[in-house]
Amino acid sequence: MSRIIGPLARLATLALLLALILKPDWFVPVLKPFTENGAPVIYNQGSLLSLTLYHLGLVAIASLIGTALALVMGVFVTRKVGAEFLPLSRSLVNIGQTFPPVAVLALAVPVVGFGLKPTLIALVLYGLLPIFENTITGLKEVPANVVEAARGMGLNPTQQLFRVELPLALPVILAGIRLSVVINMGTATIGSTVAAKGLGEVIIAGLLTSNTSFILQGGIIVALLAVLIYDALSILERRVARRTGRLAEVAG
Amino acid sequence: MIELEHVSRRFGDQLAVDDVSFSVERGTITVIVGTSGSGKSTTLRMINRLIEPSAGTIRIDGKDTASVSGEVLRRGIGYVIQGNGLFPHWTVARNIATVPTLLGWDSSRIAKRVDELLTLFSMKPEEFAQKFPHQLSGGEQQRVGVARALAAEPGLLLMDEPFGALDPIIRAKAQEDLLAVQQRLGITVVLVTHDMEEAIHLGHRIAVMDGGRLLQYAPPAEILARPAHGFVEKLVNGVDRPFRLLSLAPVSSIVEPGTAEGPPIAATATLRDALSELLWHQRDALPVASADGTLVGRVSLAALRAHAGAAA
Amino acid sequence: MTEASETAAQPLTARLDRVGIVVAVIAIVGMDWQSFATLKPNRLISGQGLSLAQSLPTLWAAIGIALLSIATIVAVLRTGALLRLAVGIGSLLLLAVLIGIVPATVVPPDNSYARVSPAAGFWLMAFAFAVLTTDAIAKLQLGPLARLPMLAGAAIAVALILGSGHWDGLSILKEYATNAQKFWREGAKHIELALGSLAAAVVIGLPLGIACHRNATLRGITLPVLNVIQTVPSMAMYGLMIVPLGLLAAWSPLAASLGIRGIGTAPALIALFLYSLLPVVANTVAGLGEVRRSVVEAAEGMGMTKFQRLFQVELPLALPVILTGIRIVLVQNIGLVTIAALIGGGGFGTFVFQGIGQAATDLVLLGAVPTIALAFTAAILLDAAIELSERRRL
Repeated sequence: MSRIIGPLARLATLALLLALILKPDWFVPVLKPFTENGAPVIYNQGSLLSLTLYHLGLVAIASLIGTALALVMGVFVTRKVGAEFLPLSRSLVNIGQTFPPVAVLALAVPVVGFGLKPTLIALVLYGLLPIFENTITGLKEVPANVVEAARGMGLNPTQQLFRVELPLALPVILAGIRLSVVINMGTATIGSTVAAKGLGEVIIAGLLTSNTSFILQGGIIVALLAVLIYDALSILERRVARRTGRLAEVAG
Repeated sequence: MIELEHVSRRFGDQLAVDDVSFSVERGTITVIVGTSGSGKSTTLRMINRLIEPSAGTIRIDGKDTASVSGEVLRRGIGYVIQGNGLFPHWTVARNIATVPTLLGWDSSRIAKRVDELLTLFSMKPEEFAQKFPHQLSGGEQQRVGVARALAAEPGLLLMDEPFGALDPIIRAKAQEDLLAVQQRLGITVVLVTHDMEEAIHLGHRIAVMDGGRLLQYAPPAEILARPAHGFVEKLVNGVDRPFRLLSLAPVSSIVEPGTAEGPPIAATATLRDALSELLWHQRDALPVASADGTLVGRVSLAALRAHAGAAA
Repeated sequence: MTEASETAAQPLTARLDRVGIVVAVIAIVGMDWQSFATLKPNRLISGQGLSLAQSLPTLWAAIGIALLSIATIVAVLRTGALLRLAVGIGSLLLLAVLIGIVPATVVPPDNSYARVSPAAGFWLMAFAFAVLTTDAIAKLQLGPLARLPMLAGAAIAVALILGSGHWDGLSILKEYATNAQKFWREGAKHIELALGSLAAAVVIGLPLGIACHRNATLRGITLPVLNVIQTVPSMAMYGLMIVPLGLLAAWSPLAASLGIRGIGTAPALIALFLYSLLPVVANTVAGLGEVRRSVVEAAEGMGMTKFQRLFQVELPLALPVILTGIRIVLVQNIGLVTIAALIGGGGFGTFVFQGIGQAATDLVLLGAVPTIALAFTAAILLDAAIELSERRRL
């Protein structure tokens, strides 16, 4: 039964999201009661579509940069050259994750000023922590005998990394990326408080003018977007995990 | 005395135990043996009602087990499982004290009992009482598991593959310990295993189960000599039947008058030991000595052959 | 080969500590290329950077530069972890003392508008020596319990410096001085919201987790729903909470009289509670699931009732995993409360967003620094609690 419900729910959520972004006027009757004194019902300070795209673009760029940095660092500290940094990097990741994302954002403002820059910095810095952590975990969890077998068959260290270790660690790394993207979706929303463009603007505009209708539009779009992305990444992760599971069987 | 009468257990439309009846004498060891899925564990668990029978009655000392609550029943029956199931967050002493505490014994009585049991299993109380299970070796953990089951002085001990997780040497030691403790305390033991060798070694009687049915219930010698047609026969045939038969009887049972050359064999040794010695020293007969060292006669290859052959 | 000849044969690079090199590079950049402090004519105007030598009296500057240079050298060389720990902590204390001397040095006593704050050079050096300290702690493999006295030491040191008035000239404390009453009120509110939502999540989530452990159907419904809730970005969640509570307050005078309104504490508390449920429930399920089958069966086989089994065996054994969930919740909530300020929920976030609104960095810091300190303290305390609860486990 869940096999039918899952895709159906996904499709319905996506349809609702697209409607909210592309045809906001359809929702006037529903949202009307949440406005007072003839205030506008539908967000009118910019196109919802462009804000959504901007929001997604920001998260995508930050996540890409974060992933690249985290992967390089994760691989480095798990090699012999970087082994000295391993205990330190584990501690720093732990400490870094106790920092609230909004604090990272707020502290970036005095350094680089308002706008896109502090948001991007906060997104990259905070977003790379879960990926870095999971890259280390994933690489450390690759069974020693599999690496040994790869070495025994004459793979050089680079081949071992790209053909054996990274593919086997991929599901764990992907879980880190999923977590990172979800956190970034939220932090990017807060970024609107430091004047970064994004969907947070809609919510903030609603809060500033006590227009509940704006808050609802912004809140629902951001929420649906986050849930759908999380869901899509989870599906990807399961696929990859299933495949490496099979690979592991063959190797074992 | 435990009596099972037409006991069955159904899981969904699967009949796990099918109309099983047997009774266990007080103060004996009964081993239920079978492959996985034979219903042996289910049968054992119905005795302490961890699993309720779908049909039939089970009586312990004449009293229907269904007449008391499951918890009260279980507090009066010792229970040992594979991998010992010790509570990792409690000390050895507190583990052993589990059932006495549930029964509301006073603390001085509990402490005394814990000391007694640790001593019985040759573990110094002052050394072991305050240790945690993960600080013990596998063999020690197993002994604490049995001690815990015996804490409230139950007359009946149920054991579900108790030695399954142990390596061969510790396993043999644990089996000897069990035999010694059972003899000393005179308790009734029902033990489940998939290992026929273990069953023959430990059991006064063996119940062979397959597919939920009881195929044969008899003393080990009879199981070896006259296995029921089919599954039991296959189970027994595959292994060194004559050697097993020989290992069940002491040398004193076939000692004959006369003397022989060579190192003497103890009268209490098994016939299997005697055969081994005879082959090793390349002799047809060896002298037999009693416990105080006096020679009481001899044991011959011919007599051994007759014993093992008579069975076949 | 003897040890002595081995040491002699080592190339120079082998006697250098790689982490130490990174620490040194950051510290040197901070000391020589970045300003140590910023002097602003008033609260809002951007200011002028001062180097270490410019911001301190000559003697102090000399002492500072000498000691920090020595510390940098110790960091670079391969030295014992204990020495590195001492040097790291010592350097951090030195920086704390030095920065406190700056205001009296660069601001005339009659000028009450000028503001002095730590600048990039100070922060870089502080970061470098914090890394050195962290690395030493990691190398010493100090467990969570051993970190407790260090936390207490740090708290006492900060309290002493604050109490002595040594930092009073710094801009963040000037911000504090004008907001002192509000600071403690919002602080109390912050903790109240974080702990209150946690308590509610434990009271509801623990029984729910136990029920989910026993019932696969319930588990199959509950966990995905909580997962979706957890995914909703916090600002959206706070926004969405406004609607039902606003309606409730409009319809029910009782709810309104209880202080339940669309904005304020109530929606913040409910949003935080919803976020907290997943870690509590999921970790309760995971913790109970990790209890070995044989242990549960042994408990049952010895005649424990369901309740005895749950409270004497299953929950104590699941405790470390449940506590891990509580740690996640508490650290997460302390951060999320900050955002609640946007909907009038109060807490340190009030200062952060006010500061962002006024472009007043010091006000942002007044909100952000205690939030980070709270989250950090909560993490260390709960790590210690987790370690304590794990001690007796296999």
